[in-house]
This record gives sequence, structure tokens and C-alpha cells, in this order.
Amino acid sequence: MPSIPAWFRWARRVFLTLLAGFVLLPLYVMASSSLKPLQDVAGQFRWLPSGLTIRPYIDIWDTVPLARYFVNSLIVAGAATVCSVTVAVFAAYAVSRYRFRGRRIFTVTVLSTQMFPGILFLLPLFLIYVNIGNLTGIALYGSRGGLILTYLTFSLPFSIWMLIGYFESIPRALDEAAAVDGCGPIGTLARIVVPAAVPGIVAVAVYAFMTAWGEVLFASIMTNDVTRTLSVGLQGYATQNDVYWNQVMAASLVVSVPIVAGFLLLQRYLIAGLTAGAVK
Amino acid sequence: MTLLTEATPGRRATRPGGRSLPPRGRLGRAALPYLLLLPAVLLELLVHLVPMVMGILMSFKELTQFYIRDWASAPWTGLDNYRLAVDFNAPVGRDLLHSFWVTCVFSVLAVGLCWLIGVTAAIFMQEGFRGRGLLRALFLTPYALPVYAAVITWAFMFQRDNGLVNHVLHDQLGLTAERPFWLLGGNSFAALVIVAVWKTWPFAFLVVMAALQNIPRELYEAAAIDGAGVWQQIRKITMPSLRPINQVLVLVLFLWTFNDFNNPYVLFGKSAPEAADLISIHIYQSSFVTWNFGAGSAMSVLLLAFLLLVTTVYLLVTSRGRRAARA
Repeated sequence: MPSIPAWFRWARRVFLTLLAGFVLLPLYVMASSSLKPLQDVAGQFRWLPSGLTIRPYIDIWDTVPLARYFVNSLIVAGAATVCSVTVAVFAAYAVSRYRFRGRRIFTVTVLSTQMFPGILFLLPLFLIYVNIGNLTGIALYGSRGGLILTYLTFSLPFSIWMLIGYFESIPRALDEAAAVDGCGPIGTLARIVVPAAVPGIVAVAVYAFMTAWGEVLFASIMTNDVTRTLSVGLQGYATQNDVYWNQVMAASLVVSVPIVAGFLLLQRYLIAGLTAGAVK
Repeated sequence: MTLLTEATPGRRATRPGGRSLPPRGRLGRAALPYLLLLPAVLLELLVHLVPMVMGILMSFKELTQFYIRDWASAPWTGLDNYRLAVDFNAPVGRDLLHSFWVTCVFSVLAVGLCWLIGVTAAIFMQEGFRGRGLLRALFLTPYALPVYAAVITWAFMFQRDNGLVNHVLHDQLGLTAERPFWLLGGNSFAALVIVAVWKTWPFAFLVVMAALQNIPRELYEAAAIDGAGVWQQIRKITMPSLRPINQVLVLVLFLWTFNDFNNPYVLFGKSAPEAADLISIHIYQSSFVTWNFGAGSAMSVLLLAFLLLVTTVYLLVTSRGRRAARA
């Protein structure tokens, strides 16, 4: 929009300032409270701490086994992401490069699973995992493996959908050139399509990781003391009789920083991926 | 969503000759796409489709804690669970209906606000200005934050005695005579909407921002030459270009909010206050806390049926609108 009038500038300034305030408020509360001594968060709320302390950041590791939860979350989210992206790449490649029977049914079915209320298949899935465990001895219920398996399917529909769009935008002339050079389908996928689709793949990986890192419902049922992830573990601070809010805020900040930093670093890939694929 | 509605002209990725590889039969080549899809299909079957079918079967059974070890042996009860769920004169049905209305109002409010804020912010940030990159990063932060971290922070802000909200409203502005409760009673609904909007609007912002990048600049330049003001450019160029993405965006936002479990669960714990009793929490409560899994499954099936109906009607209506607009 060339030549922006003054009223538009002012409207923009006011709206964006108010919105920034709304967005910043909880972030400020989280950061400032995590550096407050306990009496500051136990009594009336204070905008400014009476004194700064890093004590909460030391104590959080002892109040609940935060380190263990952290490792569990890292393993679960990391493995779910790698698997989800791999499976999605194969599926999206098939849909974008081949015409075959059931192609439409596949895309529609996969997308429609997004609509299922998680609560509907929570209990059946729980029972399936328990039964698989009883029959084969493969422990899925209560194990990280079960959670990985579950989470990877959560991000799968969106990942496949977005990658189909992205792969479609890669010129087929490249595929054909590769075929002339003697590449098979898998070779073409590995050497041509995947390298050209790196932004889309990164975007999908970010999404998959975030999905797994933040999920609460299934984690609350499918984990035990050993395999508990952050999403459930963090509530350990908040459900005790005395809530150490400064520690809760410190722990929230600690578990958020890696994911927010990663997201913000990679957000341009996500936007580029959306622009090229999903929103076109 | 074009890729679902308009298939691109089919061009087989055939491999003329296939010199360096051993020649494979026609069968092998025809099977390849299915092999590539196999992992995705198996996983979807295991985690989504089979459990869904099982869930539907379970809704016709008397599934209490006595039968949970061996659910297949639980007695069939026909439509009893459904009768229980939709008997609006009895407590169970009444509570379910109440929870359904709460969820409807919550979804409409949250989706409307998220969409409005997201689109407005994206349009305002379409043109470059100083600090835009920084602001964009800030705006995306709520979306990137893990739900539990964000919602726990809001729960702290909404605390009656030591929270920020009451400190501002009561201590600093003196707007209320008493310190109100925010996570109990009627106010909990407002708290839930605020938290959901804070967490979700950046998604609308992100998607619309990406879509805006596909609108050619020349359109705006041509409109400006023709004398169209900013407001007219937004109405005549931006909004029509956003229509296809809005169709999907609003639907996705609606399905997410309607099924939302994470926000209320972290904000209120296992039992939500009546005013903020979202349907997912309600069903979770009905099955895992009271151990009546049959009734819980029946409620889930009803929820799924409702969502299917809404989605179908929505897609039919909006697609017809789009076609009419294009003609």
C-alpha cells in the first residue's frame, strides 16, 4: 500500500501498542516473578520485586524432579518429530508425484482425523496400548514409546498436508532431469525433492516438536512417575498446598525458552512454508 | 485447500528406461505409492481410526470399572448410554447440555476474537515500519509457548489474593469493592476466553500474514492509481484475497477451540467451574473421574457427530458462497 494516510498510521500505532501490551503482560509476570523472593509472590502482587534473587532457579530442580521431566519431554518430542517428518515426507511425495487409486480418500481421511475430539480415542487408545502390552510384552502404556507413537500421529495430518503443497511447488522438470540421469523414485526424493523442500520440512518439524512438547491430555493418562513429561510434571508445583509461585514461574520460563527460541529462529521457514504450500 | 479440490494435471513420474537400476515390473511401480503411504496409513489406523471405531462400540456397552480390564466382555446395553446422555431432565443430561452451550458460546467468542485480532494485526503489519520484525516475534511468542507454561502464568495472574488482575482492578483502580474470584464461579468463563484468545490469536496472525504475502503488490498500486483509499484497498483487494484461507482458518480455529482440553485443564484442574465447563473436560470428568466409560464414550460420539455436521454444513455453505462470489 503506497502512500499511507495519517489516520491509518495512528490507528496502527494505537492498535499494535495495545496488542503488544496484552501479549507482553503475562510474559513480564513470568519473567519478573521468577526472580522474586517468596514473600513477594505470596502476598499482594507487586509490579517490581523487592529484591532480585536467582534462588527459584536453583530450587525448581529439587521441588519436583524437573530434570527428569525435561529429559523425558526432549526424548518424546524429539523422537516424535523425527518419525513424524519422515513418515510425512514419504506420504506427501506419494500424493504429490503419483496418481493412484485411493489418493483422494487418503488425503481427506488423514485431514479429517484433525477433527476427532482427542477425548473420543483417549480411552480406547489407552486400552489398546494396555492390551498390546499384555499380549506381546511391548510396553506402550506408561512408556515413552507409547507417547511418541501417539504424538507423531497428532502432527502427521498437518505435516502431510503442508508438505503436499510444498512438493507441488517444486517444478517437475527437476524430477524428470533426475530420472534422465538415472535416479529412481527414492533417489529423486532424496536428492531432488527433499533438498528443495528444506524450508517446508523445517516448518513441519517445528510444528511437530511444538505439538509434542505442549500436549497435556494424553500425557496426563499415558505416563507414570518415571516417564512423566513437563506438561504434566509442571503441575506438580501448582497442586501442592503451598504454591511457590516464583518457582512455578521460573520453571515455566525454563521449559519455554528452548521452544520459543527455536520457534522464533525458524519462524521465517514456517511462514515461507505456509506461503508456498498451505495458504496458496 | 486448492490441492484437495483441484487436482493438478496428472503427470506420472515415470522413469524412461531406468538405466542404472535393475528393471522392475509394472507391478512394482504401481505398488510404490502405496508403499510410501504405508507407514502413515498404519499409524493413522492404530492411533486414530481403530480407537475411534472402538470408542463407538464402547458407547453401546455398560463399561464401568468392573469391565475395564476386559472391555470386550462388558455387556451390550443398546442405546442406554445415549439415553442417559440426552435425557435433559436428569442431572447427567442437563449437565451435558449446559456444558455444550458453554462450549458453543466459548468457541464463537474465542474464534471471533482470535480471527479479528489476527487479521487486523496482519493487515497493519503488511507494510514495513521500524521494529516490525521485533513486533512480529513478540506476537508469535504466545503461540510458541507451551500451553501449560502460558496457562499457569495466567492462573497466577488470576489468583484472588496475590494475582496481578485483582491487584490492578481492586488495589490500584478501586473498581471492585471485594477481590473477585476469577478461577471460581461466573468470572471463570471470562478468564477462560481471555487465556484462549491470548494463546491462539497468533495462529490466525501467522496464517493470514503468510497469505498476505501471496497478494501481488501491483494490485494495490493499480488500485491506488485509480484513487482507492486504504480502507477501500483492504475491502476490495485484501479481504477477497483472504477468503479461501479464511474458510479453512475459521474452521480449524473452531475445531480446536471446541475440542480444547489443555487450556481449561491447566487453568482449573480436573474439575472446571460450572460456568467454564467445556465439553472435553466434562467428558473427561464423566469417564475418568466417575469411571463410567460407556457414558463418556457416548458423549464423545455425540460430540464427534455434532462436529461432523457443523463441518459439513460449513463447507457446503462457504464453498457455495465462494463459487457465487467468483461467478
